[in-house]
Amino acid sequence: MAEEEFTDINGNSISLDCQTHSAFCREFTVTSPKLSLRKVMVYTCFVWLFAYAVFFFTENTAVLSSAIILTLVGMMIHIHFVKVDHETLLIIGSLGVQLSSSYASGRESTIFIEMSKLKDIVINEAVYMHSIIYYLCILIKDPADPETVASVVPLFNVRSSCCCSIAKAK
Amino acid sequence: MVLKIFFPQCCNTADSGLLVGHWIPGHNSAVVLAVIHYPFIPGQVKKYLSELQSQTQVDLTVLGSWSMPKEGKEGMDSFLKDLSTIFPQKCWLQLSREIGKRGFICQGDKIILIHYDQRKVMLSQLHPVQDVSQKSDIEPSELRLVFQTVAQSQPLFFLDKYDDGPLKLTHWQSEGREASIIAELLKQASVPVCIFLTWLLSLWHWFLLFISSKLSTCVQSGYRAVHFKTVFSPKKAATHMEFMRKANIFVSFLLDIALGLLLISWLYRENRISKLADTLVPVADRVAKELQELLEWLMGAPAGLKMNRALDQVLGRFFLYHIHLWSSYIHLMSPFIERILWYVGLSACLGLTFALSVLSDIVALLTFHIYCFYVYGARLYCLKIYGLSSLWRLFRGKKWNVLRQRVDSCSYDLDQLFIGTLLFTILLFLLPTTALYYLVFTLLRLVVVLFQGVIHLSVDFINSFHLFAIGLRICRPYRLAEGVKFKVLCQEPGTPLHLMMEINPLKCSSVLQCYRTPTYSCYPKDSWAALCKKLFVGELIYPWKQKTDKTD
Repeated sequence: MAEEEFTDINGNSISLDCQTHSAFCREFTVTSPKLSLRKVMVYTCFVWLFAYAVFFFTENTAVLSSAIILTLVGMMIHIHFVKVDHETLLIIGSLGVQLSSSYASGRESTIFIEMSKLKDIVINEAVYMHSIIYYLCILIKDPADPETVASVVPLFNVRSSCCCSIAKAK
Repeated sequence: MVLKIFFPQCCNTADSGLLVGHWIPGHNSAVVLAVIHYPFIPGQVKKYLSELQSQTQVDLTVLGSWSMPKEGKEGMDSFLKDLSTIFPQKCWLQLSREIGKRGFICQGDKIILIHYDQRKVMLSQLHPVQDVSQKSDIEPSELRLVFQTVAQSQPLFFLDKYDDGPLKLTHWQSEGREASIIAELLKQASVPVCIFLTWLLSLWHWFLLFISSKLSTCVQSGYRAVHFKTVFSPKKAATHMEFMRKANIFVSFLLDIALGLLLISWLYRENRISKLADTLVPVADRVAKELQELLEWLMGAPAGLKMNRALDQVLGRFFLYHIHLWSSYIHLMSPFIERILWYVGLSACLGLTFALSVLSDIVALLTFHIYCFYVYGARLYCLKIYGLSSLWRLFRGKKWNVLRQRVDSCSYDLDQLFIGTLLFTILLFLLPTTALYYLVFTLLRLVVVLFQGVIHLSVDFINSFHLFAIGLRICRPYRLAEGVKFKVLCQEPGTPLHLMMEINPLKCSSVLQCYRTPTYSCYPKDSWAALCKKLFVGELIYPWKQKTDKTD
């Protein structure tokens, strides 16, 4: 179990956890920071004050109820589809690689890539706006021609300092 | 090399016995399908396995031994070792479990034990679907082979330890046999019913051939008849895709009927249909009046443009007479309309798509005069354009060579040139009037076509929406599998790695994409550029093309 200080591309601090289950099975977990209560309160207050101001001018209560519904729906969508709680990479020797993302609402989305489809795991660099970010990705073979690369699956949405640790641990 | 053993969850608590399964070639893994309990006669075991091999096309062998010791029964170990000599294998597995411990003990190192739910894996279908019978170059992956092996070994699961047979097996059926007398009776009854319905359908199909294919109602009923042929054929569906298609056609038809009956109950309650019929004639009258006013506006100075008075009056009077004829026919029909509409409304019990097709046909009939005007205007305009282009060539001293399909120079006589130029001038100055009439009626026709297009699109949506696949994805998500997911089970020292394999269901968007029913979707026959060109030249346009149903 190794824990060091890492940050993602937006500067938020994340943590990396490595667990060895057996000689050929390893699990890496990257945990993102939780949803900040302060941000939620700020957004909600902003939306509701704005709605109240509109209500003050239009005297229509539908504005208030629609603001409430909008806030609730927006929050539900955010925690169910956008906010990632932790991501896991499970490497099983001679079977394959499993990527799993767990969202703040508890939803888990998993992909398993078999060993026969896997070509290699590499660190790739990309130019993103004003900076260069490094990301770990899996190269997948093309089913028709085993030499070429069909698709590239990026792992984790975070920055590279933990990529190096994962690559070293692999 | 790591050895992978796929072990069914139902055999975790099975009594000691022999492991029966299949070695997956080339991947160093084995799938355990069942456990045969003591006492057994080795000769009978071998005979049973070879019988099943010919039935299932799966290479079933004895993989090893399974030992689950109970109190009072000792001394199995030496007995188990002797078994490996009776059933010769290059690799003999020896799995055992101790009371009070959760992990299995297995001989050798570098072993992964993957637990799977046998019933779910048997019923599941991995996507993208690859037919077993299809000879493809792509090597099936290990997981696909595992799924195929379990699915093909269904005859192995017919006998279990509660049957009075020579062998006592444990597999998923031992947890509780699932059967329903109603389902079995329905299955038995369905074959003669299907044969009878197929015969009825062949008669209906022969009858439909006589009716023209212009009415969308007939197209829809023909389409449904083709569908029923697929559903009611007495042959059982061979592949997964055929089964899904059959099931969906059936479910979609039931939904259609349900929606149609709902529509009928809404229409006939409070006698809404008579009210609808009463408003129909005034609406038709209103449309006729609006058209009359439009024509009178065109006959004057429309939008400030100056028309050729004589041609204007002729065309205007010609169309006005048509409208007069049309309204007198409508008035003639008006006492019968309520009755007719009442009976036609009952036809919605055949399905909502049928009702929508009937609505589309009614709209087409009511706007028949607009269609006629469009055809007259278009033909006139088309003739004018062709005449103008031909005379323009004459003006420049050229001619269209029909044989060579190109423009050639030609020397005309003086009188030919004189008459040609005269006609050209006449046609050119009459062009604005004809063009205006053509424009107005084309726009009206396009509005009607758009409305019919919307109705056809909704009919198409109801026809092609794969309700069965979505229902299956929601109620039985393990049937449609995108892949698998593994979970590491808790470790005990001295035991090999245990993993739990669960089925990862297909995403809803992939379900819709994969199982779209091909239909006679109305799509625009021409691209926008071709359509504009046709409109400019004056060719008659039929923008919605009915594509014949393509079966996969």
